[in-house]
Amino acid sequence: MDDIDKAIINQLQQGFPICQSPYKAVAEQLGLDEAQLLNRLQVLLAEGVLSRFGPMYHAEQMGGALSLAAIKVPEQRFDEVTEMVNAFPEVAHNYARNHPLNMWFVLATEKPEQVQTVIAAIEQQTGLRVYNMPKISEYYVGLQLEA
Amino acid sequence: MVLDAIDRQIIQATQAGLPLVAEPYLAVANQLGLSEQEVLHRMADMLEAGVIRRIAAVPNHYKLGYRFNGMTVWDVDDQQVDRLGQQVAELPFVSHCYQRPRYLPEWPYNLFAMVHGKTEQDAERQVAIIAALLGANARQHSVLYSSKILKKTGLRITG
Repeated sequence: MDDIDKAIINQLQQGFPICQSPYKAVAEQLGLDEAQLLNRLQVLLAEGVLSRFGPMYHAEQMGGALSLAAIKVPEQRFDEVTEMVNAFPEVAHNYARNHPLNMWFVLATEKPEQVQTVIAAIEQQTGLRVYNMPKISEYYVGLQLEA
Repeated sequence: MVLDAIDRQIIQATQAGLPLVAEPYLAVANQLGLSEQEVLHRMADMLEAGVIRRIAAVPNHYKLGYRFNGMTVWDVDDQQVDRLGQQVAELPFVSHCYQRPRYLPEWPYNLFAMVHGKTEQDAERQVAIIAALLGANARQHSVLYSSKILKKTGLRITG
């Protein structure tokens, strides 16, 4: 990752225009040409430096729901349970964390009542209790990490 | 904002990512049999209404060198949590801040704030700043570092 990649990452975390030739517009701001920007973005995505690039949709605004949930997974079952949990398309992110509650995942569903259904299905498949922790209040979302 | 069938088609076509071609909105339009103008308008409306939070790149924290990603969790008085949560959220290094339910007795924490450090010291310094801000209002706290990303696809809606 060089300084140009860093500039691209920092710029694109802030937003991306909705217009006919948006890459050209961003490339000009960065002093690059359009093809260079597209090539580098392709590489950054392929290498996993960027997890994704595109519109971030808001589940609740689309009539859906988000929740954070956690499980205490016995160490010897961790890979197996990871596979079961990740297989649900409603699981948007999943992280291993250093705590007895060692698996934390975000559920995004199209309808609010599906959060409970998915949690029940995960509990049934894994045989483990799911601690559902939907947000009660949101104070802030949106820091950009400097590359 | 009420989403119609065409909005939902646009969401499905773009939720995994925007095409990496010179005219990405035209590419989406062609795929769906719409005009480019219609896709541009509808996406601008969804952005305006907050259905699209933003169109942006999401970096993998680890690959940018942020190896210490901590979910800091705090047990504060429910009567004070909104005031304190807003103060914590104003700290420049906090990326997300929420009130969430407790599970007593094993999970007493109701205030969550995410911090990200390139070194353990960076992250610990951030935790110390939050601890100082909350002072005696925080009865106890914990920091759960992520040890591995198991999945990170973003949300998906289906047809």
